[in-house]
Amino acid sequence: MSAVELAFPCPREELARLAAGDEVLLSGTLYTMRDAGHQRALECLERDGRLPFGLDGQVLFYAGPTPAAAGRPLGSVGPTTASRMDFAAPALFEAGVTACIGKGKRSPAVVEACRATGSVYFAAVGGIAALLARHVTASDLVAWDDLGTEALRRLTVDKLPVYVAVDAAGRDLYREIEQQAS
Amino acid sequence: MHEPAHEPPSAASDDDPLSPHSISEAVYRAIRRCAIELRPDYLRALEEACVAAEASDGPHAQRAARIMGSIAENARIGLADGVPICQDTGTVWVCLEAGPDVAVPGNAFAAVDDAVARAYRDGKLRMSVVRDALFDRSNTGTNAPAFCEVRLVPEPGARLHVLLKGGGSDNASRVVMLPPGAGTAGVIDAVVDCVREKAANACPPLVVGVGVGGTFDKVAGLAKHALLREVGSPARNARAAYFEDELTERVNALGLGPGALGGAPTALAVHVETAPCHIAALPVAVNMGCCAMRSATIELVGGTR
Repeated sequence: MSAVELAFPCPREELARLAAGDEVLLSGTLYTMRDAGHQRALECLERDGRLPFGLDGQVLFYAGPTPAAAGRPLGSVGPTTASRMDFAAPALFEAGVTACIGKGKRSPAVVEACRATGSVYFAAVGGIAALLARHVTASDLVAWDDLGTEALRRLTVDKLPVYVAVDAAGRDLYREIEQQAS
Repeated sequence: MHEPAHEPPSAASDDDPLSPHSISEAVYRAIRRCAIELRPDYLRALEEACVAAEASDGPHAQRAARIMGSIAENARIGLADGVPICQDTGTVWVCLEAGPDVAVPGNAFAAVDDAVARAYRDGKLRMSVVRDALFDRSNTGTNAPAFCEVRLVPEPGARLHVLLKGGGSDNASRVVMLPPGAGTAGVIDAVVDCVREKAANACPPLVVGVGVGGTFDKVAGLAKHALLREVGSPARNARAAYFEDELTERVNALGLGPGALGGAPTALAVHVETAPCHIAALPVAVNMGCCAMRSATIELVGGTR
């Protein structure tokens, strides 16, 4: 099966064409956000009624990169465990985040939120962060510098390899793999 | 004796091998190397598994082979470019293992945190340590403190184990206190359940470290030490070695596969370390080793291996 190419940001109608298990090469803009950033994003959402920093329509990458190295904007970057962001993901999807990238299973509530809002959860492979960093062409600090590696960064990526783990219809690749086994 | 914290590595060969300076320099060099190098024994086992997947027509075998190919390619990029093989460059775990012929000074680890700070700054590694787990989750900014232990062993000489441990795989680990009647079946269930529930977060193909016995606190150490063994090497105890084969088979029957995206293998190896324990106890610990296995063993005194 050959990979599908997708450029971000993109409308949810395009995301709806993806199916769980598809290999996708992502290009365009992503925003890094992990544990502490999700707490702050939720606080902004509760206070202002909308997402901060123009995240409406954007894609989140659950990642805390290493500093610039080897002539690249980031030395290495890869997905962190997505389930730690389950507490915030449904609210962020409802507020306008269209997709996220991480690793590992999501809660039933997040899978349902993908279906209800037409959002997608992509799985990136953990442990290949030097390879993934070669697909990052730019990294700009947006906010929350005090969080160090957990700061909000805007990344420009070129053909970042990922898999569709939960599609916009609510199909869940991790659960299917788990159920296929003994 | 205390060396200045930022003095460059000393070439003095007559330096006491267990001085704070010697130990901190060994830690510094190990961190710099480990961060960019996938453990060679892990890479060998991975490449064998990748060849097997390429030749397989099993479900998801081709995706599994592609993912394992990426992990091997990532290892090459790490070394070639001198960049971390995983963005989670871990916490630093250090074990000084000393035999009966060696006296360990009480300040052996006095300069380790300085070495950690220098290695993480110089290596452009990620700072992933907060000041307090509960009351102050601000980043220390240096990746210190390291988590250090001394272990007294019967073998002569002294050596230092340095492990960079990622958060995802350590989070996917657990300790369970089984009743003794649970026996081997109970241990198998504990290990298989842990892998089924948590492997997707721990970046498979895994090396699963299993500790059985000791006390509540010691059993976790057994599981961690099991990760230091050469990947796939059998336990010294023949019954443990047989049990490892059975556990590996059971874990791989889950079919979770590389990246937990299907196929085989879920684990390249399961390593089991057992110990004596209380008549009422059957402690079991599972410590997950991820596909970015990073550790080194440095001989400090005597050549014992």
